[in-house]
Amino acid sequence: MASAVHELTPAEASAHPPAESIVVRFAGDSGDGMQLTGGQFTLSTALAGNDLATFPDFPAEIRAPQGTLFGVSAFQINFGSTAIDTAGDVPDVLVAMNPAALKTNVEALKPGGLIIADEGEFGERNLAKAKYATNPLQDGSLAKWQLLAFNISQLTLDAVKPFGLGNKEALRCKNMWTLGLALWMFDRDRQPIVDWLKAKFAKSPVLAEANIAALNAGHAYGETAELAGPMKQHHVAAAPAEPGLYRTVTGAESISLGLVAGAQLAGVKMFFGGYPITPASAILHHLSRLKEFGITTFQAEDEIAAIASAIGASYAGQLGVTSSSGPGIALKGEAMGLAIMTELPLVIVNSQRGGPSTGLPTKTEQSDLYQAVYGRNGDAPMPVIAARSPADAFDCAIEAVRIAVQYMTPVMLLTDGYIANAAEPWLVPNMDDYAPFPVKYLEEVPEGGFFPYARDEKRARPWVKPGTPGLLHRIGGIEKQLNTGNIDYGAANHQAMTEMRRDKVLGVDVPDQEVELGEAGGKLAIVGWGSTFGPIHQAVRRARKKGLDVSHIHIRHIWPMPGNLGALLKGYEKVIVPEMNTGQLKTVLRDQFLVDARPLNKISGQPFMISEIEAAIEEALA
Amino acid sequence: MNDMTPVAKTLPKDWETDQEVRWCPGCGDYAILKAVQRTMPEIGARPENTVFVSGIGCSSRFPYYMETYGFHTIHGRAPAVATGVKLANPDLDVWIITGDGDALSIGGNHTMHLIRRNLDCQVLLFNNEIYGLTKGQYSPTSHVGTRSPSTPFGLLDRPLTPCAYVLGSGARFVARAIDVNKNLPAVLKAAHAHKGTGFVEIFQNCIVYNDDVFAPFTEKANAAGNQLWVEQGKPLLFAGGTKGLTLDTETLVLKVVDVVDGDWAAAHVIVHEQTNKAIAHMLVEMPFGPFPMALGVLYDDPAPTFESAVVAQNAQASLGKKPDLQKLLSQGQTWQVEKQPHAM
Repeated sequence: MASAVHELTPAEASAHPPAESIVVRFAGDSGDGMQLTGGQFTLSTALAGNDLATFPDFPAEIRAPQGTLFGVSAFQINFGSTAIDTAGDVPDVLVAMNPAALKTNVEALKPGGLIIADEGEFGERNLAKAKYATNPLQDGSLAKWQLLAFNISQLTLDAVKPFGLGNKEALRCKNMWTLGLALWMFDRDRQPIVDWLKAKFAKSPVLAEANIAALNAGHAYGETAELAGPMKQHHVAAAPAEPGLYRTVTGAESISLGLVAGAQLAGVKMFFGGYPITPASAILHHLSRLKEFGITTFQAEDEIAAIASAIGASYAGQLGVTSSSGPGIALKGEAMGLAIMTELPLVIVNSQRGGPSTGLPTKTEQSDLYQAVYGRNGDAPMPVIAARSPADAFDCAIEAVRIAVQYMTPVMLLTDGYIANAAEPWLVPNMDDYAPFPVKYLEEVPEGGFFPYARDEKRARPWVKPGTPGLLHRIGGIEKQLNTGNIDYGAANHQAMTEMRRDKVLGVDVPDQEVELGEAGGKLAIVGWGSTFGPIHQAVRRARKKGLDVSHIHIRHIWPMPGNLGALLKGYEKVIVPEMNTGQLKTVLRDQFLVDARPLNKISGQPFMISEIEAAIEEALA
Repeated sequence: MNDMTPVAKTLPKDWETDQEVRWCPGCGDYAILKAVQRTMPEIGARPENTVFVSGIGCSSRFPYYMETYGFHTIHGRAPAVATGVKLANPDLDVWIITGDGDALSIGGNHTMHLIRRNLDCQVLLFNNEIYGLTKGQYSPTSHVGTRSPSTPFGLLDRPLTPCAYVLGSGARFVARAIDVNKNLPAVLKAAHAHKGTGFVEIFQNCIVYNDDVFAPFTEKANAAGNQLWVEQGKPLLFAGGTKGLTLDTETLVLKVVDVVDGDWAAAHVIVHEQTNKAIAHMLVEMPFGPFPMALGVLYDDPAPTFESAVVAQNAQASLGKKPDLQKLLSQGQTWQVEKQPHAM
């Protein structure tokens, strides 16, 4: 989705027919600024009107030893003139800033794809660190790809020489030189990057000028080197898009914005209790800057205090929100039970990552579905919502807030490291299109007396702010008596209260499940949830183009599930559930609906490739 | 605490709930409950503005018996829940009720951070040196050698001194009292009057699992000789004024001196200055036996509170900014799509 900026002339079009989409991967040392390069390239691509998806892939170490294989940081972007749902299966272009980056990424490159390598970094020491016996740029081992090797380091040093920087500082401009070359390759406007560099280095104009010089030099290098073989300028036409205002958004940004929007629609102030953890911290960072929206943020002493303080704030009448990743969510488990028992609104965001334990902090996985749905002591039901993409996370966050305040319940919002970090173009929503759901606190004794655990038509109990005269009451984690909320260990009461909590959550109004692509019934359904949306959607689209009877269903409401989902799934002969775990949604679907859902699992810390799902479809329908 | 204009003066019975109190007969908690209910009218507190937050343990049942707002949370986490309550509504008068296991073992981390942040609230730590509700295991304040179901051959851990722990965490108000002592309401009043975290350790007798553990200084016969009630601006005297504390200026430690004919000045007895943290440290660390038990307001030196700083920063950061959500959504580098450039 995006706008037309570059209109192809017939001459251009015939010279290089426009590609539908191109995948570029920037890879370098974690100190080389590859994420920054990727981010800025993404911005210029969005401004050029291409649809796009990105995949930042970086090590857990902040500054891993230079030149090592485990210190490689990569950023992949897929952009095109049609709708782009994934970061792309195989890169067409690999930019490798050192031998380690080449070694860890080249096998993913499409045969015949283009390697751009910084020759200046392929000295003996770096080759040894990357465990190359001989120099791959010279030994013919890269023959199945096109290779362009030149000394980016030296070219950068030459370009920034007039600014009198030290060698180390000068080499830091390498990523801008590379970005300049990439901008030339894909016919991008340099001005937004120049503006950005001026703003970023406002305090040291020399650095701004040096970086701009490197950027320009890279760009000029492309122009002059064009005749030399594989280096060609590519034109990717703008993708069709719904008219409106667009921006790029990451999942962490859109969740933060969605929470702010949800709190506004509910008419409540927000309290966010968080504790630093990868990849969830970005939400804490975003919200910390938005005080004027009535948001209090609190970096607590630990994960438990983060959720406990949010529960305290909810008790006092604000919307408590906490966020973490799997290990932190585990620590919050007991407190979630308290929020369930005391029936207070609370939103818990889980940015999933690879596990168990510390697992793969910077890699993505969908392996906390069991934890979200079942992972607490006692019968402790909680609505669970899963976002499918950075843009979708905005609406999911609003939905989580709505359910929390309307049903007086904690709600878990599942996202993952991929969604949190990846960027995509976003049609900025118009808040006038969203119906408010204002909170009504109980402020006076109702007719028939005040009972803290009385129920409304949604089975929600009243929300009373301490400070309200006449409605004094005590709540806590001990089993509550039906209606009065007093302590009650009675057998019949516990049965009734457990059923009440279960029925309240099962009664949450969840929209009927729709079919994303295909028909309601047929030979095969591919059922997904969360960030697998992109690859599933593309795979099903490709398979349908080939005439295969396959449909895509993507579940947002993990718990409770849509009322029509069971019947819908039973309309297909086969059901396959691709997941980045060992089959968690698959198990829940089998349990809930007695359908023969089959798993398709990938647990490598990397998103699915379209081709992997396509292959599974073809096999199932063979 | 808040500046509140009393509407109609409450009576102690206005602070009682209709719930049956479920502590063991003879438990020290009853006396503390009565003392708190007696104190509330005297400090002009309003039930609707008061919130009692507790963790888990015998003491943590306390909120159910106070006719106020109350939150009986989970083990050790009362300080964190209370922090959220107070940040969400700084006008509320927040009391945390906890015990030695709750505050110093499972919740030791939260206690430390509550204290260092200086949230405006009162913490009443009922120290009975035992886990009562789980049937008598040793706690982090139990004496070495304590025999309990989990230490049948005697406890090996060395105990923690609660007041020393919180002073080390940066407490600005530290006091000690005894469950059945008549001075308890006065100490509670002082804690409430202090703007910031008012920490009060209350020696509370567990009649079932640790009976008479404090008898060496709480028993009538031992009280006078072993209780030193400190008072601001008054000499540190005990045993009916016949003994006092002085500082050995060579070794910089406290020592007990005899006071003859009430002439404490001649014996160089220290005058209590409640803003002196060095003295406070020495008073809470004095080994009982050779020294008396120091009681009353041991340290009181207010500092800016956490919630007031949060409120001020939120206001400062919002200054001149309109909460325009549509504008926020449209921030960053944006672009306008006017028409469909070409069909799919």
